[in-house]
Amino acid sequence: MTDSLAGNAVSDAPPDMSDDTLVRVDNLVKYFPVKGSGMIGRTVSHVQAVDGVSLTVKRGQTLGLVGETGCGKSTLARCIAGLIPATSGKVYFEGKDITNLPRGTMRPYRREIQMIFQDPYGSLNPRRRVGSIIGEPFAIHKTATGPQRKKAVQDLMERVGLNPEHYNRFPAEFSGGQRQRIGVARALALRPKLIICDEPVSALDVSIQAQVLNLLADLQDDFGLSYLFIAHDLEVVRHVSDAVTVMYLGRVAEFGPGDQVYDHARHPYSAALLSAAPAADPDAAAARQRIILTGDVPSPINPPSGCRFHPRCPKAQDRCGIDEPALESKAGDPITHLTACHFPVETGEVLARADRREQR
Amino acid sequence: MSVTELQFQAASVSDAPAVAVQGRSQWQLTWRRLRSDKVAVGSIIVIILMILFAICAPLIAHATGHPVDTAYPDTGEDASGLPVGPGVHGFFLGTDQIGRDLLVRIAYGARISLFVGLLTTALATIAGVTLGLVAGYFGGIVDAILARFFDAALAFPFIILALALASVFHPNLAIVIGVISFFSWAGISRIVRGQTLSLKEKEYIEAAKSLGAGSGRIMFLEILPNLLGPVLVLATLYIPTAVTFEATLSFLGIGIPEPAPSWGNILAEAQNFYNTSWWYVVFPALFLLVTTLAFNLLGDGIRDAIDPRTERLFAGSKNGRRKRGKGKGTGGLNLDQAIMVGEERDLTVDNPMPAGEG
Repeated sequence: MTDSLAGNAVSDAPPDMSDDTLVRVDNLVKYFPVKGSGMIGRTVSHVQAVDGVSLTVKRGQTLGLVGETGCGKSTLARCIAGLIPATSGKVYFEGKDITNLPRGTMRPYRREIQMIFQDPYGSLNPRRRVGSIIGEPFAIHKTATGPQRKKAVQDLMERVGLNPEHYNRFPAEFSGGQRQRIGVARALALRPKLIICDEPVSALDVSIQAQVLNLLADLQDDFGLSYLFIAHDLEVVRHVSDAVTVMYLGRVAEFGPGDQVYDHARHPYSAALLSAAPAADPDAAAARQRIILTGDVPSPINPPSGCRFHPRCPKAQDRCGIDEPALESKAGDPITHLTACHFPVETGEVLARADRREQR
Repeated sequence: MSVTELQFQAASVSDAPAVAVQGRSQWQLTWRRLRSDKVAVGSIIVIILMILFAICAPLIAHATGHPVDTAYPDTGEDASGLPVGPGVHGFFLGTDQIGRDLLVRIAYGARISLFVGLLTTALATIAGVTLGLVAGYFGGIVDAILARFFDAALAFPFIILALALASVFHPNLAIVIGVISFFSWAGISRIVRGQTLSLKEKEYIEAAKSLGAGSGRIMFLEILPNLLGPVLVLATLYIPTAVTFEATLSFLGIGIPEPAPSWGNILAEAQNFYNTSWWYVVFPALFLLVTTLAFNLLGDGIRDAIDPRTERLFAGSKNGRRKRGKGKGTGGLNLDQAIMVGEERDLTVDNPMPAGEG
């Protein structure tokens, strides 16, 4: 799997599809045009939301995707799900290219790739009954009708921990956690192979988060699901993920097995991101080194040259502003642990903010 | 949240398995609120009576023994050839200038008025909703083109078009329906388009897309149900406007041609007799007034019933159950807010019709 992850390099070679690879994203790019003023505005520039991202999701596993708000996580998810067209790059599902397929051709793949959305209030139509919401996939794909559909929907409701008797209720009659279960049931209806979870628990309180996460884990075991799990809660991602991808400003900063990335972060951005997450243990929290980044995330309309993190990076040197680092395995790391950095963080290195930038 | 509320919640949770809570749809709730609104219920009764009156027009003609187009120069006119008053010679509402039974003619006129009012509203609503959905959902160039059509239709001087059409063709029912529909759909389209623009960005639309739903399915099954409230209010308020519109055209002689009766052309003839035969003007005008008023009040009632917040505002006062729209004249309608329930979103509607007519 990992040898196909050649960073941002464009590979024309046929994708290496070992049996355990479900989805492979290859150098995916999504630019949103920025229109000028006026009725027919010209495109003046582009928001480079996703710029050359490659990743793989293995069968039956969970790939966590973390990064701060605006780094392109959700855009990437929507490109993979085929909700918005990609500017360039490829998405392979079970070895077949599904990038920017027309709606009719995409249809069979819709059954395989489903999404769970962040907002349990916004993702359910307030005017439709729960039975009709969960039954919608059956109606669209004409897989079950009438009493058969009702039975299927009620089975699904039971499976996700909802009372099947609530078939005729409206979304407004459910709590946030129950609504998210409705969203899970809807995503599960067509027995997909991949579920893209776009911050599925961000809008829920902590105890409900645990319930929904446990439900997702149970479903993964039962149905052999693969998840692409997007979140900005790092502990949640660590809990659910087999592998983790860290994104910064439309690019992958670091990729690797969960333990590797969390315990031996090599990219300074990953290290800073992880150090910002609150620790449950106060002693550990006190002992921990916090890396305070200065400045704001640069605009994705005009991203920095070279390594996109270099203006904020405590380790940045001249080369970082010129050369774009490739996503590759660094010395001493397992080959599955990839980092896009010229000067990766060494174990035990103190990443206190250098004063270089404050002098300016 | 207060302690009592918490206790109440706890109690209701523990009670939940025992007491089956019946999920009520938005429409069931709306209907319940509407039923408790006396003015709206009264309006519904008046409208039903008016429809029965129109349907029973041949029965009325049969009962009085006065067919609609038969003139009674002997009994229906007095010595000087003027219409006779209500109650004279069995003419309950008097006669017109050639001695026809005014009651029978008003009943037949009601058929035309209600038929035109309901049919044009239905046509305008279907066209307006469909075009508004298409413009709002697809956006881009489709929207740009359709939006210009909305503007053109709203800016068109309707009397001039009606006059032109009437002079080219003979005035007839089809032209009346066409003209009124043509001037009604664009207002609905604009509102539907505006709402569609915001609704299509909802996550549940994205969810439907990710399930593989097509554009038609998303427009009519996901977006439309969220628009039905405001559209229903708008449509109810369009009916009286269309009725008045028809009367205006007929009054000007470019609507329903004689000898077929319509409230508009009866009034047009009656204007020569207002100083001798008051009933000739008053009764058709009264029917027009009562009908338009009933539809307007019903539209108001539906709007209040759809929007639970107005009811909550006035829940405490005895006579303030209903919140009246501002500036509601007989002509121009101003639907200042139709609010979508469950979304807590205000929908502002300005001037559904191009001008106050009639």
